[in-house]
Amino acid sequence: MPGDQRINNRLVFGTLFVSFIFYSAYVYTAGTEAAHLPQMSEEASRGQHVFQKYNCVACHQFYGLGGYMGPDLTNVISKYGAAGETVAATFIASGTATMPNLGLDPTEVQDVVAYLSFVNQTGTYPPKNYEVTWYGTVRQEDDPQ
Amino acid sequence: MIARDRDLVGLNFIRLGMLSLGVGMFFGVIGGFQFLFPEFLRELLFTKTRPIHVSMVVSWIFLVAIGGIYFYLPRQQKLKLWSPNAARIHFWVFIVTGLAILFSYLTGQFGGREYFEFPAALSIPIFLTWILFGVNYFNTVRQQKGPWPVYYWMWGTGVVFFFITFCEAYLWLIPYFRESMVREIIVQWKSYGALTGSWNMLVYGTAIYVATRIAGNQDAARSKMAYSLYFLGLFNLIFGWAHHTYLVPSQTWIRLFAYAVSMTELFILGKILWDWRSSLSEYQKNRHCNAYRFMFAADIWVFINLVLALIISVPAFNLITHGTHITVAHAMGSTIGINSMILLSSVFYIIREELPQNVHASCSKQVMTGFWVANISLAVFFLALVMAGLGRGLYDGASFQEMATQIRPFMMVFAVSGITLMLGFWVVLWNAFRLIGEIITPVSSEQTQPELA
Ligand code: HEC
Repeated sequence: MPGDQRINNRLVFGTLFVSFIFYSAYVYTAGTEAAHLPQMSEEASRGQHVFQKYNCVACHQFYGLGGYMGPDLTNVISKYGAAGETVAATFIASGTATMPNLGLDPTEVQDVVAYLSFVNQTGTYPPKNYEVTWYGTVRQEDDPQ
Repeated sequence: MIARDRDLVGLNFIRLGMLSLGVGMFFGVIGGFQFLFPEFLRELLFTKTRPIHVSMVVSWIFLVAIGGIYFYLPRQQKLKLWSPNAARIHFWVFIVTGLAILFSYLTGQFGGREYFEFPAALSIPIFLTWILFGVNYFNTVRQQKGPWPVYYWMWGTGVVFFFITFCEAYLWLIPYFRESMVREIIVQWKSYGALTGSWNMLVYGTAIYVATRIAGNQDAARSKMAYSLYFLGLFNLIFGWAHHTYLVPSQTWIRLFAYAVSMTELFILGKILWDWRSSLSEYQKNRHCNAYRFMFAADIWVFINLVLALIISVPAFNLITHGTHITVAHAMGSTIGINSMILLSSVFYIIREELPQNVHASCSKQVMTGFWVANISLAVFFLALVMAGLGRGLYDGASFQEMATQIRPFMMVFAVSGITLMLGFWVVLWNAFRLIGEIITPVSSEQTQPELA
């Protein structure tokens, strides 16, 4: 019964397609709605472009995603306490034995540090307070619920 | 057999892909050493070598998969390409854009997004020619009478999802996405789910195509099981990507769902184990000796990589492995072990079919040497990454440098095995490149003794 088969196929693919649309819409909106997230300042927004312009992601990660030559930067600002922004700015402006000095100008350094501060407030990585369930999932402090 | 002019575009794509891999691996090796010795070629920053490496080796996967499709459809499936000219335009635009991307990397102009590290504008020609490719593909396979074999579905799915990848990967340009960190990352990784999913569809479709051609029957492409596995793959492509972002604070629902979906791949694992023995005996027959061996290697790497993928998809384990070199082992293990082996199998299958009198086209000592060097190196390479990843994941101190020093021996093994891996591949690629060249411009006289039966 090839006719039936074709209808079945359409039904299966149709369902999949519709679920894909709904799922995507959910991911674009409510699924990633994090009410606690800070507003991005203009400075931070420029900093985001600086981060991309120098391709910092080749060596660094946010939330563990990126290149592995350098450390994760999600919480680099709070890592150094009150001096966070100054320390980060020094790293970026001067480089170290392992991190190259990429030649950012002072405004760029300031902007990218503002961006790192913004990222710092979006969550904690790696999670410090979490709970592993018996079926293998992880609940962590930043979870929206 | 002399290739007709209209078949050449597929072969040209394949040759370009091989070139891209050969050069791309070289930059990978440089990058590996820069990782260990930051002073090494400092002018050529790691910010440049990494994207050059990644873009070129990913291009290899796409170019050879696309080349196979452009070649197989008209040449073997007797489906006239809807527009050979569109295919030629596709080829030339790819070359020009590829060169522009290389130029932008070398001159330090970046888009600065992982995987699409080139300036966003350079995506436009790729995007447009992809549409051309899609139109060409679907109009060509439409001529097929009766139900499509599963590989037509897979290729078509790959075409469609790469398109979706592109659209999603650039949503960050809209402030609504860009200004929310969580949304930005999640959508970016959703798009990469479609990216890897799309090239896997193109490559696995090629694998099934080549396997059915070699076996001489269509079971693997027409059975209920074949369609079910395809469907499972598609389902995972759409809903399984969120295992990349378990630790980004999105809605729990998304993560739980991805976890459940990822585990359905256990079924595929079971299926592989079930088929193990029969596939082993299949591989004994030897007309397509080169093609067989690469496919066989891919089979083993599928198994190894699937086990690793399943482990790191469990959130509790992901907590340790995420953001470590285990992710790199996962990525490189599958792109080299699975995708590249399948694509080489496809290349050698074409060579054997097109050069029936050339004894080297079936089995040659050089290719076999390269094959073994590459596979053994890959095993070492893979293990070194897993060990380095465990070192990083289990380190609980606060010093990045201390952790880096601890895993340094593993990274050393990784970098050195990277060299032998590259050398092994180079030998294979060099042979394949030459032989494909003989298909394009046939040489008449050269009839040599068999080196290896
Ligand atoms: C070639 C690789 C590389 C690039 C590119 C790079 N970094 Fe780094 N970065 C490193 C390494 C390695 C370290 C660790 C340095 C050390 O501890 O001496 C580091 C450290 C840092 C730190 C301090 C982190 C900490 O936890 O102490 C910050 C902040 C930083 N980088 C920001 C940036 C920014 C911003 C960019 C882009 C403008 C950038 N980096 C580009 C490799 C790189």
